[in-house]
Amino acid sequence: MKHMRITTAHQSITFSRRMMLLGGAQAVVGGLLVGRMGWLAIAQNQKYQLLSESNRVQLIPVPPRRGWIIDRNGKPIAINKASFRVDLIPQQIVNGPAIIAELQKLMNLPPDEVERITRELSQSRGFQPVSVADNVPYEQYAAITVRLPDLPGVAASRGFTRFYPGGSTVGQLVGYVGAASVAEYEKENKNPLLLIPGVKIGKEGLEQTLESTLRGEPGGQRVEVTARGKLVKELDPKPDRSGGTVQLTIDADLHEYAARRIGDQSCSVVVLDVTNGDILAMPSMPSFNPNNFSDGISQNEWKMLSGDDHLPLVDKALESLYPSGSTIKPSMAMALLNAGIDRKQKVNCTGAFQLGNHTFHCDKRHGPVDMDAAVVHSCDVYFYTMCLRVGAEKLSPMVRSMGFGEKFDLPFDNQRYGTIPDPDWMMRKYHRKWQGYDTVNMSIGQGMVLINPMQLAVMAARLATGKRVIPRLLKSKPVAPQEHLAVDQDHLDFIRIAMAGVVDHGTAAAAKLPLDGIQMAGKTGTAQTHNLSASERGDYTAANWKLRDHSLFMAFVPFNNPRYAAAAIVEHGGFGAAVAAPLIRDTITFLYDKQKALQALQVFEQSIGGTPEERLARKTASWRAANGLPPVPANQT
Amino acid sequence: MITSAIIPRPLAKLPWRLIFIVLGIALFGLIVLYSAAGGSIRPWALKQAVVFLGFLTIAIAMSWLKESTIKAIAFPLYGITLVMLVGVEGLGFVSKGAKRWLDVGPIRLQPSEFMKPAIVLTLARFYELVPAAEIRKWRAIWPALALLGVPALLILVQPDLGTCIMVLLCGVTVMFLAGLPWWLFVAPLAAVGVAAPIVYSMMHGYQRKRIDVFLDPEGDPLGAGYHIAQSKIAIGSGGIWGKGFLHGSQSHLQYLPEGHTDFVFATMAEEWGLVGGVILICAFGAVIHWGMRVSQNARTRFAQLAAAGLSATIFFYVSINLLMVMGLAPVVGVPLPLVSFGGSAVMTIMLCLGLLMALERQQRTVSRLI
Repeated sequence: MKHMRITTAHQSITFSRRMMLLGGAQAVVGGLLVGRMGWLAIAQNQKYQLLSESNRVQLIPVPPRRGWIIDRNGKPIAINKASFRVDLIPQQIVNGPAIIAELQKLMNLPPDEVERITRELSQSRGFQPVSVADNVPYEQYAAITVRLPDLPGVAASRGFTRFYPGGSTVGQLVGYVGAASVAEYEKENKNPLLLIPGVKIGKEGLEQTLESTLRGEPGGQRVEVTARGKLVKELDPKPDRSGGTVQLTIDADLHEYAARRIGDQSCSVVVLDVTNGDILAMPSMPSFNPNNFSDGISQNEWKMLSGDDHLPLVDKALESLYPSGSTIKPSMAMALLNAGIDRKQKVNCTGAFQLGNHTFHCDKRHGPVDMDAAVVHSCDVYFYTMCLRVGAEKLSPMVRSMGFGEKFDLPFDNQRYGTIPDPDWMMRKYHRKWQGYDTVNMSIGQGMVLINPMQLAVMAARLATGKRVIPRLLKSKPVAPQEHLAVDQDHLDFIRIAMAGVVDHGTAAAAKLPLDGIQMAGKTGTAQTHNLSASERGDYTAANWKLRDHSLFMAFVPFNNPRYAAAAIVEHGGFGAAVAAPLIRDTITFLYDKQKALQALQVFEQSIGGTPEERLARKTASWRAANGLPPVPANQT
Repeated sequence: MITSAIIPRPLAKLPWRLIFIVLGIALFGLIVLYSAAGGSIRPWALKQAVVFLGFLTIAIAMSWLKESTIKAIAFPLYGITLVMLVGVEGLGFVSKGAKRWLDVGPIRLQPSEFMKPAIVLTLARFYELVPAAEIRKWRAIWPALALLGVPALLILVQPDLGTCIMVLLCGVTVMFLAGLPWWLFVAPLAAVGVAAPIVYSMMHGYQRKRIDVFLDPEGDPLGAGYHIAQSKIAIGSGGIWGKGFLHGSQSHLQYLPEGHTDFVFATMAEEWGLVGGVILICAFGAVIHWGMRVSQNARTRFAQLAAAGLSATIFFYVSINLLMVMGLAPVVGVPLPLVSFGGSAVMTIMLCLGLLMALERQQRTVSRLI
């Protein structure tokens, strides 16, 4: 630089040049800014508009009204009852702790509820309500309503709770609803609807399996909210659509009658319309009261239910399996006739039957019996002898075609279908050859034979009609076409008369219908669960309840022109004719003469200690006493 | 210049085109502040209007200053400002975690704002005194570096990174125009380019995160990148024509933070769209261009350097803010002059414009022969 003297002229040139450079750089920056803005506002406009909208608009889901479940005549089975609820709106609260303390005083909130509310309040966004209590009694609701001006942020509103008029009699049928669990929330891809206080989803039974129909479409209140969650204004709402009504084939009155007639037994009854397979009743008792579940069940109630040996949490009509006992005999007789056995041929019953070195017993010494007498008086020895003669291969298919072991397409998740064994099955399952004693056991519905009460009712319907009657529960489903079974009409006529004989002068003679001109046909069954000695068997009260035989009965009416079929399995009920048959008799009577049936029920309930409510209250009290709990407070009953 | 028989001569001799543009920008700013407050002149627009008119009056009054007067006050102004900056360290008022303000009776002064024009005037005065032959000597460099470095350091420790960067850029611009050798500007840039990756690798986690968030604000939209992300949403969703006056959801629903101060441009762009943005940018461009023209037409070296430096101050103010709001620069807290709510930026800009108008008047009044 020393070689060049910088003059003022030089400096001026440098300045001008650098000014141009600076001006150019400024223009470049200006161009960059305009370009960047254009890119954001034009090229990326849609993306940012979407982001801006999702900032601005929030959707508060409005839960849809849950669909009803009604019976075949439109009588409600599951409906929605107006109820009162109290929520907190976080953004309107001025002094949270004071409000919660006031609510605690007004509503007797337990401490763990107070803790939950405090926790949820601290986590919630401003416009999402926090539930204080569901199903609030009217007195408390009123007490809060009058104090609302002093309780900013408290919202007392009318909502809906699920109500089942049939109470515990429909427990197993409808299941229950409850607030969604974390797992259910995750499973539905975090459906925001499930988070709304008061929204219940089906947890068991029809409420669960028909969830998609019953739930409906949630609507939404679209609102504009600020970044801090403050509601600015309500936009046009998205309307909700109530859940669909589901009509069942059930006759609610009959269902409830049968449930009450079961009394304190552990039992399931199924009644079918044989003409189309409609299930008219299928109570399973004892049961739980789904109304209690819908408010959230207490720990103690749950303990009491799950500890009960009468299994109130199991739908016995479809989930419990029992040996069929002698109820299998009419189908066996059909198989024998099909195999060419002459129904007049007699077998001499000596009360015992020797096969190899084992003796099989009959419940009494019947003497010489033909097929008709063997069905009417339920002679085991006749069936041992004849079934051995024909062989199991010819028996099992006939029994299966009558409905045992069959899967029915019914809207329940946990059905069990049981077993009708045969030699192939034995080899597959137990890797052994079929033996003579297997045939003997099967011939009277013992051994490997397992059925559920629904199958027993279906068998009665199929024997009554000679057609493949398929049970149906949902009115919306088309009636399944009834194909003719591969049986001889002559054989069918014979077996119907034999089954009529069972009720007329046979094992179920005590269960004759108290109706003029309507005669019932049926078959009793006594399924052994344990090997009891003959003397113990005679004296049921002496045996532990758990060891007693199951009592079974299936029937159809009228025997000469069948319309209804019914079946009952009473767990550990003892002799089939003694318990299950009268139960079916009264239930069938209700179909024809309600007055008479209700009188019979009144007499029956008096004999066992009052109405179901009275008995449940007594049972609860004794359970609580036995488990060291104080009696239930008066306001909760 | 308006020539009319009705308007008195002193008024007619004001640079009316510039004043109209500045008034236009400020009026637009007031409209945006009115909308940002949800359609209300309180709490911002009214206050801002009063502050703006006050400083506009001062700026116009300043336009009668003589160049010699400006020259004479350059060093004392710098000295006083430097003393105040030291005073801020000792007696400063702490607000928002930084010591920036000095209480002088009822007025709260922010000395770092005065430093922007002060450094420009001082360096211009300094380089006027340096003989042309000496300009590439070390003697012409180190005093300037000291004059610039000391206040920059004092502002940096307040801490106020934004103002520090602005003071540095203003000073460097004057030095560049004064004709300092090229390597002085290129070498530090190259050094930064080489050192940046090394420094980055040696940084603490949280420091790195700040850099990462700047480079990719959408990677952390709810955390540190929230400001930039929301600002881009506001600008992008405005589209070409905007959502309409008082219809900006981002600002009205408070999704856009600092929508009336540093991010006021996003508030404006949401409602007025690309059109409003381009008009505003062009208006600022016109103001800066006017300033640069004053520099080009200046006949003294001091006037040249001072006018260019003051225009550059306005330019840096506007461009750093816009680059930040559009996600092209990190969030450093520089307001948009004349539009953002707040008195400091208005004051600085008006001081700059007042000085520029004074220099411009000299060009017209002083005979070319002198």
